[in-house]
Order: sequence, then C-alpha cells, then structure tokens
Amino acid sequence: MDLDQKSTRTLNYFVPQMVTISKSGILQLSVLVLFILGGFYALYIQIVDGHIVTGMRDNVVWGLYIANFIFFIGISYAGALISGILHLLRVEWRHPIIRIAEIITIISTIIGPAYILLCMGRLDRLHHLALYGRIQSPIIWDVLAISTYLIGSIIFLYLATIRDLAALRDYPFKSKWRHTLYKFFAVNFNGNSKQNRYLERGLDIMSAIIIPLAVLVHSVLAWIFGMTLRPGWHSTIFAPYFVVAAVFSGTGVLIIALWVFRKYYHLESYITKIHFNYLGIILMILGALYAYFTFSEYLTSWYGSETWEMEVLYKLFDPNGYWWWFFFAAIVGVVVPILVILIPQFRSINSITAVSVIAVFALWVKRYLIIIPTLETPLLPLQDMRPEYIHYTPTAIEWLLTFAGVAMFCFLFFLFSKFLPIVSVVKGEEGTNYAELRKTVMQRIIKRT
Amino acid sequence: MENKEKKQSRRKFFFKTATAALGTIGAVGIVTQSCKEPVEEGETVSLLSPDGTLVEVDKANISMAKMPAQVKEARAGIPNKKFVMVIDLARCRNARKCVTNCQKMHDLEPGDEWIKVFLMQDSNDTAPYWFPKPCFHCNQPPCVKVCPVGATYKRTDGLVLVDNERCIGCKFCMTACPYSSRVFQWKDPVHESQADHDYSPETSVPHQVGTVGKCDFCPDMARMGKLPTCVTGCPNGVIFFGDKNEDIVTNGTESFRFSELVYERAGYHFMAELGTEPNVYYLPPVDRLFDYETGFKTLTSEQKEFYEKSIVKKH
Ligand code: SF4
Repeated sequence: MDLDQKSTRTLNYFVPQMVTISKSGILQLSVLVLFILGGFYALYIQIVDGHIVTGMRDNVVWGLYIANFIFFIGISYAGALISGILHLLRVEWRHPIIRIAEIITIISTIIGPAYILLCMGRLDRLHHLALYGRIQSPIIWDVLAISTYLIGSIIFLYLATIRDLAALRDYPFKSKWRHTLYKFFAVNFNGNSKQNRYLERGLDIMSAIIIPLAVLVHSVLAWIFGMTLRPGWHSTIFAPYFVVAAVFSGTGVLIIALWVFRKYYHLESYITKIHFNYLGIILMILGALYAYFTFSEYLTSWYGSETWEMEVLYKLFDPNGYWWWFFFAAIVGVVVPILVILIPQFRSINSITAVSVIAVFALWVKRYLIIIPTLETPLLPLQDMRPEYIHYTPTAIEWLLTFAGVAMFCFLFFLFSKFLPIVSVVKGEEGTNYAELRKTVMQRIIKRT
Repeated sequence: MENKEKKQSRRKFFFKTATAALGTIGAVGIVTQSCKEPVEEGETVSLLSPDGTLVEVDKANISMAKMPAQVKEARAGIPNKKFVMVIDLARCRNARKCVTNCQKMHDLEPGDEWIKVFLMQDSNDTAPYWFPKPCFHCNQPPCVKVCPVGATYKRTDGLVLVDNERCIGCKFCMTACPYSSRVFQWKDPVHESQADHDYSPETSVPHQVGTVGKCDFCPDMARMGKLPTCVTGCPNGVIFFGDKNEDIVTNGTESFRFSELVYERAGYHFMAELGTEPNVYYLPPVDRLFDYETGFKTLTSEQKEFYEKSIVKKH
C-alpha cells in the first residue's frame, strides 16, 4: 500500500515502540499482572467457599460487582458514542484519538459483563440462559444487547483499523509471526479507490448502527433497576439518566487515557491541547446534562415524599450515612469539572485531566449509591439480628476482584498497543463529500418546486 | 481375566439395581410399618415384583420410599386446587413456632427464615402488632416475571415455586420481590440434609449452594393431605390454609368458609397497591387475644430494643 509522507513518519515512530518494551514497562506490567493474579485468587476462593465470602447478603444481593458492571459498560461509551458521532460528523480532529476511544470500548465491554458472572451464584449453569432463556426477563435483553454491542464495536474497530493493518503488513518487520498476523487481518487491502469506497461506506453504516445500539445497551441496563418496585430505582427517567452518566464517564476515561498515552509514548505532536479542550467541552456539557437529571430525579422523589423514597433519601442525606459520598458523587464530581472547564484561565491539559479523574471516580461512587442504599431499604422493616444482613460492607475478595478488573483494563490496553499503533496511521479519504451532497440535494429540491 | 472381572462387576451391578428396585416397590406397600417398627434381621416379607412373580425379601433391606413430585408434575401443580392462606393477626403473639417448624422441615440455618414474624406499627398512634409473613404466592408475581431461565414459576394451583436445579443464582428475583421473601443459599449447606429423597421443587430440599429458596406452601404435605408445617406448628391457630375452589380454610382445629371469613373479618392484602395480587390474606389485628408485649417474652432485652427501634417512624 502506498503511504503518504505523514503516515510513513507516524508508522516509523510507532513501530519501534510496538516491538520493544522498556525496563520500567516490564515493572509496570508485572504490577498489573500481580493485581490480576490477586483477582484470580479471590475468584478461586469465591468459587470454592461460595458467595458467603462476599459482603452480599439477603437484602443487599448485589454489591460492588454490579456497580463495577455498570461502570465499565458506562465507560465503553467513549468509543461507541464519541467516535461514532465524531465519525459521522466528519470532525477533523478526531483522527489521533479515535483509535484509543474504540479500544476503550472493546476492553470495557469485555470486562464489564465479567462482573455479572462474578455476581452469579451458579456460574456452572451459564448455559441455562441458552437452554431455558425467557425473553420476558430484562436479563435476557441485557445478554442480547451487550453481545450485539460487543460484536458491533469489534467490527467497527476492525473496519477502522484495516488501513493500518495493511500498512503494517507492508512494513519490514523482523519477526515472521507479525507478518502472518497482519497479512491475515489486512485481508488483501491495498487502498485502491474501490476498496476505499466500500470501507468508508462500511464505517458509515457501522457508526450509524453503533450509536443507537450503545444507547440501547445502557437503557436496558437501567431498566433492570427501573422495572423493579424498589424505592430509588422505580423511575421512568432511569434509562436516559444512565445513558448520560455513561457518556459522561466515557468521555472522562477517554481524556485520562489520552493523557497517559501522551506521556507514555511522547505523543505531544499528535495529541494536542486542542483535543483536550474539545473533549473537555464535551465533558462539561454532559456534566451539566447529568446534573440536570440528578436534580430532577431527587427533586421529584423528595417533593412527592413517598414513605419508601424518603427512607432512601434520608440515608443519602444523612451525615452518618451516605451523605459525604453522595455529596462527592452528585455535587463535587459535577460542579468542579464544569467550573474548571468553563473558565478559560483554568483550562489546561493537566487540569482537564484532573477533573476527568474526579468525574470518573464520582461516577463510580454514584453507581454504588444507586445500588446499595436501595437494597438496604426493603419495604418491610429490617428486623434481622445479623448486622451483616442490614448493612453492606464489601469484603477483601470483592475489592481484589475490583482492582483486578481495573488492572485487566490497563493490561489489555497495553497488549493492544503492542499490536496496533494507538494513533491511527493512515487517514482515509472521506467517502462522502457533504458539501457536494448538500448542493445536489438542494438543486433537486429546487427543481421540483 | 479382564473379561471375567467385567462380567462380575456387571453382575454385581445388576443385583444391586434389582434389589433397589424391589425395595422401592415393596416399600410403597408397607410405608407405614417400616418406619415405625424396629426390624429384625432375618424376617422376610413377600412382595410382588414388576413382572408379576412373588418374591421374598429381607425386611432389613427395605427402606421407606418417599417419592417427591418429579419436575414435570412439580411445574404443573396439583390439579383443581387453588391454595390460599389467611393469617389472623389478632391471635399472633410471636410464639415463633411457625418459624422454627419451617426451619426444621426445610433444613434451614438458624438465621434463615422462610416465614418471618415482623413487629409492625402502622402509625405512631396505633398499637404495634406481630405480623407473620410467608411467601405471598402472588398471582402477578414480580419474581417470576424477571427470572431469566424460568427457575421461578407459577403453577395452576397458585403456587410460586423455585427449581433449584435450574436456578443460575442471578438474584434478580430477590431484588424484584417487594416482600423480602427470598433467601439465598450463600454457602454449601452446613448440616447434612435429613431428606432421604432427591431434590424436588415441591420439597425445596436438599438445598444447593448459589441458588434461591423461599416458602413453598409445603405442596408435598398437601399431596399427602396434610397442612403446611407452619399451620400445624402454631399454638394459637393464627394461620389458616385451604383451597379457594372448595372455599374452605383451616388451621387444623377450626375451619371456615374462606369467602365468609375474609368478608366478615375485613380481610386484606398486604401492600395491595403494588398490584401483585397475593394469595395470602390478613385479618386485621382487632380485638386482640394478646398484648403485643407478650411477644417479647421469648426475646432478650437487646432483641426487644432492636425490634422497637426498627419500627420507630423517622418522619
Ligand atoms: S436467582 Fe434463580 S430463581 Fe431467581 S431470578 Fe435468578 S435464576 Fe431465577
């Protein structure tokens, strides 16, 4: 495949980093592997001893695992929505960041559902979902939606990388297996205009499909809670609320990832302040939207003040209960990012990244606060003499598996960056020229009238 | 050599199965005897084998066969029945015999209760009362709706049962149930099950780790023409059980027409506003036989304080 100058430069810049690994890199990697092994150890204990080793009991039957599940599915929005929309709008600055966004999507769509499996009492009966699945159950909707979403994002990422795979195939690598690998995945792509046209059309179609799919996935997830008759859950706005929260956290994670890779691979010339600024503004708008939903959700349940809704609200607003967490998740995590990004003097690469960290962490806490206080508030009085049945405290096993998930996320990211340049190398020609298109459409309309 | 061994083991296997089969068939005939009398070695009985010949079997080899309803039957329900329960709150004094009886029958751990007795108070101005609460076996069961594999199901006789062989332990039904009726098996069952039969959704035992259990209205007892164990256990006759089709409920000593009882005594559904249409009716705690304080007799002072604190209205 013929590469232009810029692409060749990029390729030459990335390939050495892909085939080697520094000393500090090995060290960081071993730390990650250690955490992952810790997770496997915890999993082993949980399988042998049963779920008694978790903090979950008969009232709080879902805990950290489900919070992590929602969290990871949430950040998967980075690739799906952000890159899908940016692609369709033909936004010029998207090119250096789009690959990272899509990788986030795929990794988190793999890790997220793993937490559902951890929460299942009988992993050995997973096949019952296929044998006896009932379409009436929102869990089945979830299984269908997430697996479709995962396949869709893999196709999307693959289409978006084919040009790079072809370039890598033609690169004189020393190791033979890389050649074979890239040759296999590049499927004879050579960049002629016909192939390019088809590829662009495929990308357009996939990004148009992936956007509604992403919205659907998180809506279904929200409905698992929204459809049950529990205070704090049984709410009609849960689906859009979850979707907005998800894009918010997804954008946050994207900004953090950009910052890390920029430092790690010295990508200052590719990922610039412009990217941080633009993404920061997207983050700010989403933050405002999210704050609006939060306000509207809690205002209505407080004003209506139904007994059970109030029980949950009292727990959230009780300084001895969840107040400080709630304060952080619903107020600090939104107001601080908005203010910092809103005021131009505060806006810098580092500050935008810092507020993204706050926002992402706040959103994780928010997921925890959606699940636990509600489950700690059954409709009947909690008259159980066993304190662990009344109040949920996550155990070391659950934390180990949580950290293992985060470590796995970083590890897989690292792995990806060894096979693919994390900034797309070859820029495709934009398939449709929208200015042209608009002109012809307008002409046709004028002719008719 | 190898062949001979194989043959022998096959023969052994054949004999074992044969005795087992005969034992089972025989036991059906002498169910009542075999479990009461101590059997002496050497005594034999004549039994009819499946192919119609009479055989002599040592009595010591015979054990009682209890055959719980198989999965297919257990999913369909007992024909022409519509089970219903009426709980008379005016009579309850937290004797907790329903709880302990149920725990014994279903091999439950001390804290796990399929029927719970709550202390309730509707408002600060009204007197507290004790409130026994089994599974309501709703006609619109939220748990059945959400189960992804149909492990929780509704039967023609009105019961909602759980099939522990099918349950995947997702616990969705536990979050969906508004009445906290479900209990999860968090670890391997500690003590050996007393059950001498295989698992059936109608007996709910032996338990299986990682699955959900709950009050099943004792359909295995119903098949034998007996009342659920909580009903027979209660010293105050609080719980009435019966069949809506026959329009009769009984607590073992007294019987009422179901329709008249709930009509005259203003029977009601607990949290009817949830739209679950329970099959358990409550008779309001009017003209009580006991002061609610009597219910604290069996409890320690700490427990009493705990109970009283939990019903204090915060708002
Ligand atoms: S825990 Fe078992 S019975 Fe309950 S919804 Fe899940 S699979 Fe069904």
